[in-house]
Amino acid sequence: MSDQPVVRIEKVTKVFPRGNVTALQDIELDIAPGEFVSLIGPSGCGKSTLLRVIGDLIEPTEGAVTVNGKTARAARSDHDYGIVFQDAVLFDWRTVSKNIAVPLELLGWSRDRRAKRVDEMLELVELSGFGDHHPWQLSGGMQQRVSIARALAFEPALLLMDEPFGALDEMTRERLNLELLSIWQQLGSTVVFVTHSISEAVFLSTRVVVMSPRPGRIAGVVPVDLAYPRTVETREDPRFFELVTQVRELLRKRGEHLLPEEEASLLEAAE
Amino acid sequence: MRRGARRAAAVALLLLGLVAFYELYRWVWSSAGWTWPFAVTDVSMPHVWTILKAFGEPAQVNQPPLAQILFHKSLFTMKEAIAGFVLGGLVGFGLGVVLVHSTLLRRGVVPYIVASQTIPILAIAPMVVVWVNPKLPGPLQGWGAVAVIAAYLTFFPVAINTLRGLQAVDPRALELMRSYAGSRWTILWKLRVPSSLPYVFAALKLAATACVVGAIIGELPSGLQSGLGGAILNFNQYYSIEPQELWATNIVAALVGILFFVVVVLAEKLVVRRAPENRG
Repeated sequence: MSDQPVVRIEKVTKVFPRGNVTALQDIELDIAPGEFVSLIGPSGCGKSTLLRVIGDLIEPTEGAVTVNGKTARAARSDHDYGIVFQDAVLFDWRTVSKNIAVPLELLGWSRDRRAKRVDEMLELVELSGFGDHHPWQLSGGMQQRVSIARALAFEPALLLMDEPFGALDEMTRERLNLELLSIWQQLGSTVVFVTHSISEAVFLSTRVVVMSPRPGRIAGVVPVDLAYPRTVETREDPRFFELVTQVRELLRKRGEHLLPEEEASLLEAAE
Repeated sequence: MRRGARRAAAVALLLLGLVAFYELYRWVWSSAGWTWPFAVTDVSMPHVWTILKAFGEPAQVNQPPLAQILFHKSLFTMKEAIAGFVLGGLVGFGLGVVLVHSTLLRRGVVPYIVASQTIPILAIAPMVVVWVNPKLPGPLQGWGAVAVIAAYLTFFPVAINTLRGLQAVDPRALELMRSYAGSRWTILWKLRVPSSLPYVFAALKLAATACVVGAIIGELPSGLQSGLGGAILNFNQYYSIEPQELWATNIVAALVGILFFVVVVLAEKLVVRRAPENRG
């Protein structure tokens, strides 16, 4: 059981019929239980598409995705994963508590059970006391914490995150990185994290999967051997810089034979 | 509360200004003898106080004062308008819900919905009366057909805006609901409908005044004397002798429309919870 990967991606290719764009080509990747895997690459490398293929929000043209030993479709029906987007995507007409309760309502939980879990989740993301606020009364960082609480409320084995902190300022982003790691360690869930920040990917992950565009492929995988718990000091560790450089070079090497504008998008991604 | 008082004061001041403007215009045009765009006389523009006085006097001998008569007539018209509003609102909302789920139906049906509104209501009303009235049970006789005519004006904005609102859902919110394996039904009630409410209420505000107009017009071919439409038709015939009675009736009709509008605005305030910048 423990040897079984949480996510198994076999020869996945995705061609979007419109414009005949090959977003993903022959992707092979296994993600073990408890791993924190980042997908990094320039825009157009298919990292968000890959995340959606894992979540069965997009169907692959070829290949198969297995989540918890089931097809991606079955895993979605069984609520095996929670998802967080770049924007919090909270429902304005619901309070913070009721937003977190959305997936629990869909699971048919009783009112009492929902209320209890919502309180636990608010505590987990350090938003106790904000349950009765409406989303627009919270800062961007707080909204994203609500969205993480919502994704984790039903204790999915897998957490999919699509550039969750991309829209936040640097300070908030770094604080939320630390909070996310502490939540991940408390819950022992598996995380697939899409980002285009190299330092964020290295800081958070057990493995960084570097992707290259047109067609979207895996350019290389960098295992991150920095010890947990990672702290503010981790960012100053020489090993951290070595790994950042390693990821950056993988991104750049793949950029050599690219068109100038693609190069620019790569460098932007490497910022 | 103070904001409410200031707002009420502003409305009163504006109304007073309008009355002053009306009387000033009257005075300037009649003393200068201008005839463009029309000659100002006691018939074309009766004095405000003449109109107000008309409320207190009986329109016909041995009748209660006009205000009392108009009050009862407006209650009757409001009954028709409310029934039309509810019926049209439900039909419009239902249509929006059905259409959002089928591209085929949307392509086929929406043009007919639009076309339905290009036919003047006055041309349709007699047919509706003939079609609907015989089918109605006793207590609905007469006014029930008028409610259907009011509904005919109400359903259109509601259907179009409901459809637009249901379609205008954040695509990532849809992905989120799909990630929870939410059914169409769940997505409809937990996501599409609540996020469409600002659109629906924008339509209900239009519908609130449209249903009053629909009810008044619907009374004309029905030959109903109990509502404001009957009163308007009646006072129309005596306009050259007693214009103030038609004016008074029009004021009451406008007040009914405003009342409906205000009720919808209040309901929206209660129901729609949105970020301040996204409120209609």
